[in-house]
Amino acid sequence: MSTFAFKDARNASTSRSLTNPKRRKPAAQPGLFGIRSWKKSRLVMACVFGAISVFPLLYMISLSFQPTGDILTSNVVLIPTHPTFLNYTQAWTENSFGQYFLNSLVVAIGTVIITVIFSSLAAYAFARYRFPFKEAIFYIFLAALAVPSVELIIPQYLLALKLHLTDSLFGLVLIYASENLPFSIFLLRGFFEAVPKDLEESFRLDGAGSIRVLTRLIAPLSAPALAVVAMFTFNFAWEEFVVALTLINSPQNRTLPIGLNFFIGEHTTQWGPLFAGSVIATVPSVIVYVISQRWFHRGVSLGGIR
Amino acid sequence: MVSKVSTSLEQRPVVFPPGAVSRRRYRITRIATPYLLLLPAGFLYAIFIVYPIFRQFDISFYNWHIFPGVHNPFVGWSNYIRIFHDPAIRTAAFNTLLFLVITVPIQMALGLFAAALVTDRLPGRGLWRALIFIPVVTSWVVVSYVFAYIFAAQGGLANAIVSIFVGHTVHIDWLAQTWTGNAVIWMVSIWKGVGWSFIMFLAALDGVPRDLVESGRVDGASEPRIWRHVVFPNIRPTVVFVLVLLVIGASQVFTQVYITTGGGPFGSTGVLLTYAYKQAFSFFAFSYAAAIASLMAVVVLGLSILQIHLTRRNDNL
Repeated sequence: MSTFAFKDARNASTSRSLTNPKRRKPAAQPGLFGIRSWKKSRLVMACVFGAISVFPLLYMISLSFQPTGDILTSNVVLIPTHPTFLNYTQAWTENSFGQYFLNSLVVAIGTVIITVIFSSLAAYAFARYRFPFKEAIFYIFLAALAVPSVELIIPQYLLALKLHLTDSLFGLVLIYASENLPFSIFLLRGFFEAVPKDLEESFRLDGAGSIRVLTRLIAPLSAPALAVVAMFTFNFAWEEFVVALTLINSPQNRTLPIGLNFFIGEHTTQWGPLFAGSVIATVPSVIVYVISQRWFHRGVSLGGIR
Repeated sequence: MVSKVSTSLEQRPVVFPPGAVSRRRYRITRIATPYLLLLPAGFLYAIFIVYPIFRQFDISFYNWHIFPGVHNPFVGWSNYIRIFHDPAIRTAAFNTLLFLVITVPIQMALGLFAAALVTDRLPGRGLWRALIFIPVVTSWVVVSYVFAYIFAAQGGLANAIVSIFVGHTVHIDWLAQTWTGNAVIWMVSIWKGVGWSFIMFLAALDGVPRDLVESGRVDGASEPRIWRHVVFPNIRPTVVFVLVLLVIGASQVFTQVYITTGGGPFGSTGVLLTYAYKQAFSFFAFSYAAAIASLMAVVVLGLSILQIHLTRRNDNL
């Protein structure tokens, strides 16, 4: 991890010194693509990639503003010709969609809080303390990365039955949080280890305990990693489908992904309200991504993979 | 005067962490602290992940009934034997394998290609990065519905495009046929997955020392040779990491299949987990489903260890 940071810094400094601040000369800029660096063709290809990446989502937004007749016609309607808000009002009022939205929000925020707190505590123990079986315990945590979510749904369902956690949002939070712990602990440990020990020593000398060191020193310095954990966890909980589908029975406890399912009828699908609901469901994930984007990309390039 | 100075020095506080009154007590807290820190995460993890893993194995050896008070007979390995005599599961296993073999390499290739485009100061780099990553943060459910509509028999985009070429309106039900249904599942998965490998490879490529690349070029190495001998060795850990996680992810494919085709027609687009899920929650064959899931977990874990092992051995060469 530290080598990565070092390489980044070195790379940045060389390219800065080689680059004329007024006019960038491509010839002076060493890159992966030789001297001409293919800027134009790269730009065209990037446009293609970007367009393909967003097209289905833009199409979804367009569909959500189209009346049913336009959605079901055999002609392609890319831009709504008869724009309408009907789908949104219908989606929001039918099927108590507002309730699902609220449920999803509660579950996602609850999962983020529990995951961030629990995984920070554990990662701090792994990063700074020496204790018997430390690495073995760490690998037990990591092993779950190979056996995640859907595969354990049967025993988790039986367990939830026993603990009376079926049909409960709290049950969802607990399961989601435990599924997010391994990756979060793995990521945070690397970041916490990178915080200089001298800083912690001076905190300790001022009489700070472990929790204070964690909250006042290590957490602020590891903000990018915490943002990554929070974003991943939020998105996981926000879009999780199988566990919610299996555990939740009553309509008032449905989360958004399950709620969307009910626009699909036995014979006819209400595409309009479905896509209006989908847009509503997508907006929070995009907002969370945009907010955490800065830290997120720094987090990925600094840590994660050694 | 001198003595006064010395006393004031002696009175300088010896710093003890408050609460650590004695050295012994300080040592005890020092030993207990890591375990206390691990406790919340460990507790949750043990109950909701570790216990279910063992429970799953346990259930797979019984003929388990969900209803309380019913006797659950021990049946030994018979659930596992049943897996190998079940013709329906062969289709599911084949589809899962096909899904893995098709989606993983394509995702990695496209991700690496896109990352190579964007690294090295492409104008609007942040924009491209965000655009290509956006599918990753959208939800599987939503994305699956969008693709289900695009390939719907009535009003879908795919049919509209085909209609233009054929010259008359067609109503192909893409999702109701085996190969087109499978192809749609692959398409959704690749489309949504590329952004993730892209972002991983982008971080790795940014970390490749450019002066090394440049010196190779000065020495007259061709571009493919530079990629082979300079760039690739530098990003190998990321390639391994991405490969392992994508293989694990591909073996777990569920949501997009469940929503787009539902595994139909007649299970021909089903994968292992949709099959197991149906066994458990439609036919209440919990033990059989648990046997399938347990076997899969063992295979995937073995596969991951093998992948890591193989690539690590290459490192020493």
